[in-house]
Amino acid sequence: MKKKLSTDEMVKRLLASDRRSAARLITLVENEMDDHHKVMSLVYPHTGKAMILGITGAGGAGKSTLTDHLIGKFREQGNKVGVVVVDPSSPFSGGAFLGDRIRLQSHSQDDGVYIRSMASRGYLGGLSRATYDVIRIMEAMGNEVVIVETLGAGQDEVDVIHIAHTCLVLVTPGMGDDIQAMKAGIMEIADIIVLNKADLDGADRSLRHLQGALTAGSFEEGEWMPRVVSTVSAASKPEDLQGIDELAATIAEHQAYLRKTRAIDQVKYNRVEQELGLIFKDELQKIIFKGLKGTGKKREYIESIIEQQDDPYSVVKEVLNTYLLTGE
Amino acid sequence: MNNQKDRETIESGHRRSNGEDSFKNLSGFKIKALYGPEDISHLNPETDLGLPGEYPFTRGIHKTMYRERPWTIRQLGSLDSPSRANERIRQLLKMGATGISLCLDMPTIMGKDSDDPLAEGEVGSCGGVAIDSIEDMRNLMEGISLDEISINFVSNSQSAVLLAMFVAVAEERGVPLEKLTGTMQNDILKEYQAQKSYYFPPRPSMRLTMDTLSFCNKFLPRFNPISISGYHLASAGATPVQELAFTLANGFTYVEEGIRAGLSVDSFAPRLSFFFKAHNDFFENIAKFRAARRIWAKTMRERFGAKDRRSCILRMHAQTSGSSLTAHQAENNIIRVTTQALSAVLGGTQSLHTNAFDEAVSIPTARSEKLALRTQQIIAGESGVINTIDPLAGSYYVEALTDQMETECYKYFNEIENLGGVISAIEKGYYARIIADSAFRYQEKIEKGKRTVVGLNEFFEEEEIDIQLREADPGFEDEKVSGLTDFKKNRDHALVKACLNDIRDVSQGSDNIMPALIKAVKSCVTLGEIIGVMKEVFGEYREDYIY
Amino acid sequence: MSRGRKKRILIAKPGLDGHDRGVKVVARALRNAGMEVIYAGLHQTPLQIVSAAIDEDVDAIGLSILSGAHNTIFPKIMSFLKDRGASDILVFGGGTIPKKDLENLKSLGIGEIFTTGTDTRAIIDYLNTTLER
Repeated sequence: MKKKLSTDEMVKRLLASDRRSAARLITLVENEMDDHHKVMSLVYPHTGKAMILGITGAGGAGKSTLTDHLIGKFREQGNKVGVVVVDPSSPFSGGAFLGDRIRLQSHSQDDGVYIRSMASRGYLGGLSRATYDVIRIMEAMGNEVVIVETLGAGQDEVDVIHIAHTCLVLVTPGMGDDIQAMKAGIMEIADIIVLNKADLDGADRSLRHLQGALTAGSFEEGEWMPRVVSTVSAASKPEDLQGIDELAATIAEHQAYLRKTRAIDQVKYNRVEQELGLIFKDELQKIIFKGLKGTGKKREYIESIIEQQDDPYSVVKEVLNTYLLTGE
Repeated sequence: MNNQKDRETIESGHRRSNGEDSFKNLSGFKIKALYGPEDISHLNPETDLGLPGEYPFTRGIHKTMYRERPWTIRQLGSLDSPSRANERIRQLLKMGATGISLCLDMPTIMGKDSDDPLAEGEVGSCGGVAIDSIEDMRNLMEGISLDEISINFVSNSQSAVLLAMFVAVAEERGVPLEKLTGTMQNDILKEYQAQKSYYFPPRPSMRLTMDTLSFCNKFLPRFNPISISGYHLASAGATPVQELAFTLANGFTYVEEGIRAGLSVDSFAPRLSFFFKAHNDFFENIAKFRAARRIWAKTMRERFGAKDRRSCILRMHAQTSGSSLTAHQAENNIIRVTTQALSAVLGGTQSLHTNAFDEAVSIPTARSEKLALRTQQIIAGESGVINTIDPLAGSYYVEALTDQMETECYKYFNEIENLGGVISAIEKGYYARIIADSAFRYQEKIEKGKRTVVGLNEFFEEEEIDIQLREADPGFEDEKVSGLTDFKKNRDHALVKACLNDIRDVSQGSDNIMPALIKAVKSCVTLGEIIGVMKEVFGEYREDYIY
Repeated sequence: MSRGRKKRILIAKPGLDGHDRGVKVVARALRNAGMEVIYAGLHQTPLQIVSAAIDEDVDAIGLSILSGAHNTIFPKIMSFLKDRGASDILVFGGGTIPKKDLENLKSLGIGEIFTTGTDTRAIIDYLNTTLER
């Protein structure tokens, strides 16, 4: 029953902000279906202008409620907003329970807001390669701002920094006291540290700790020094919210800094470099496994490594020589 | 049974097909094959059990229990329209019911008038009565003596408004407030934990609860302002021990809040009552009820310094387990209800509602309702279980299980305490997580055949017996909406506006909200209008934690 | 649908009723069966549900209704889906729904209605079979 639109037609509609086409193209790239590369080539010329905002933090820090309010701010400024919310897939079943839409309901009937839930599908850094493509599709859809919200509690989950122009890291009172949390690298990836739930006990102390840790860091003259903004993002009444305006202003300031200092060029360079690396890795692996397929060699290699007749590095070298350097 | 070897043989025998889950009760406690004196050797009958009617009330709250007066046979008197519900209440009383519970329809539960766009298709739903205005309360209570018949309003988030309507109607009829009897469920905490019919955030909701509590304290001394309810927690999936622990912790929270609101503990605690589920596991249920009384009594005396013995008494209403009823072979539910009801009676309940057997399929019929009522009358009149008080006291098994219930409860109390108390635990998603986990595990056990449900995972039959279902009145919604439209047209609009402004002002301050509400409902302001204004002041709650 | 594609299912509870035990159990069971479940939560209007289903490009929408409002809510959802050219999204439901209403609901295009007591494996099987077609 599904109406089959051609890929070209879907991209055409995407460029006219059609939600259904955007939704389907996202599914197509997320599943790396047949026309994936073609879609991205068609979409690419229409990207590059949006501001990409990363929001990360531990579960329960209030990322989604904060995102909800930031969407409101960007809408007030006349921007259309795309949101990608990434949650982990279950390592056991590969399924996922994606519930963040519940907290993003203020904008459920706003045509200028497009929200998409994504499962991480086993990518350790929290963001799959498809996330880069999904962001591009959202840009091509005409969104001036694209928000990427991702769970980031551990030390390695910093993928979002490679994607976002401005990266927010959420912490909550109590967490900021923990020197380990600071050493863990969260401080280094944040352009803005958001101390959310600032109405909780211990918020003042956490704020001092965070600011202390930042001043202890070394920053070059003219370099962006991360800011700390205190917020209360979960409130049942608008007047109980705190710090949202200040946060929006700080984001704008960081954006201005990126443009003024041309630091944005470096951000973009890093992002493409990272992305290329990921694509190379995936594509090379595909070529190699395609070459090995049906030859029975993969099994042979693995067994020879297990039996210690060979080591993994020598095998890789041999495989590369066979299937890549000398052609398939 | 002193021979250790014999003992081991008994414990290791009797493996049924349910595998690792054999011989576990619903709380997950491992049940031994045999209990003996050693299982209750630490039990001090005097301090741990007491006599019936004496501290710590393990054996029941009255000296005479059912020998003097059986429990209140409390059945559901609600139906879509207030006047039809009124007819039904009278019918039930005529058939021998001695108490009435009244459920509300979904729009009323969610604080919306029948003419609200979101109410479409749900007016008069779920066998609940639609209450928009004082007019509906008048019709509902027509000809029922408010000082004799104890009506239990299954009303929570909207309790302050319903209480105002009830009081207003009593005043119109010249019934002195101090004579009014009845119960308002008014248990907001379990709404956030399980039932999910909340409007405002927990703290303003608690303030409204305290306003009703203080108001009743002053003017309605015979009325029960809060019925602390575990039933809904259990229906949402909490195990019996979780139900018990969470409900008691909620109860303690209301006591703390009452004290914080400036009331002395003995001034209001005697009017607090409880509502538990009588679930499938017979003895577990009895142990739950007995442990509930003991924990409450001890805590009220030791922690809250209650002097009045009535403050230490846990009075309860019980209901058989709706969630244990099956749509398949629905008539089997008659038997489930019977054994559950019997366990509630042996557990010493003060009041009991037996479910109709067809409610997993649709709204009960008059016939199935009558059968449910008769079930209680048969237990009371024919089974002989009421002849002696607390017949199971001293049973090795029941006493050991009662102890275990108590011990396990304290583990949950500690967890809640560590999260900063009940409201804080709600805000941290504690209950949502535990209850969803328990519900999922229960379902898994049924699907894997580790817990028997006759007619569903054992003795299943394709052929379904056709049972007669109640037909909803398709014209009711339109009728109700047009009645409300007329009602709203023919009132003093300036007065309505002024009343709503008053409510806004009082909501923003800290004075008791009840006088403003009573004035408003008398001035024909509707439930939906009042809740609307309160939402502007208090804000709306949204569940943030998803499991 | 190509092989290996994850099934995306929107699970929601429309209307005023807040009894979410069943809907959460089903959501978890589908997740454990390897599906991606987008949980839209309580008190959703038909329009919110349909918009979310389209944006999330789900393969199916699962609705839990216990309040008796099924005869109002299901038709609205089907009609909004049609208006937006999204009738290809499978709609299924569950809850306390009398037998006599089933036929009418199915004639609206509802794929299947699972009444009280349904084994979650039956729902998973149903989705696996229907969505592979």
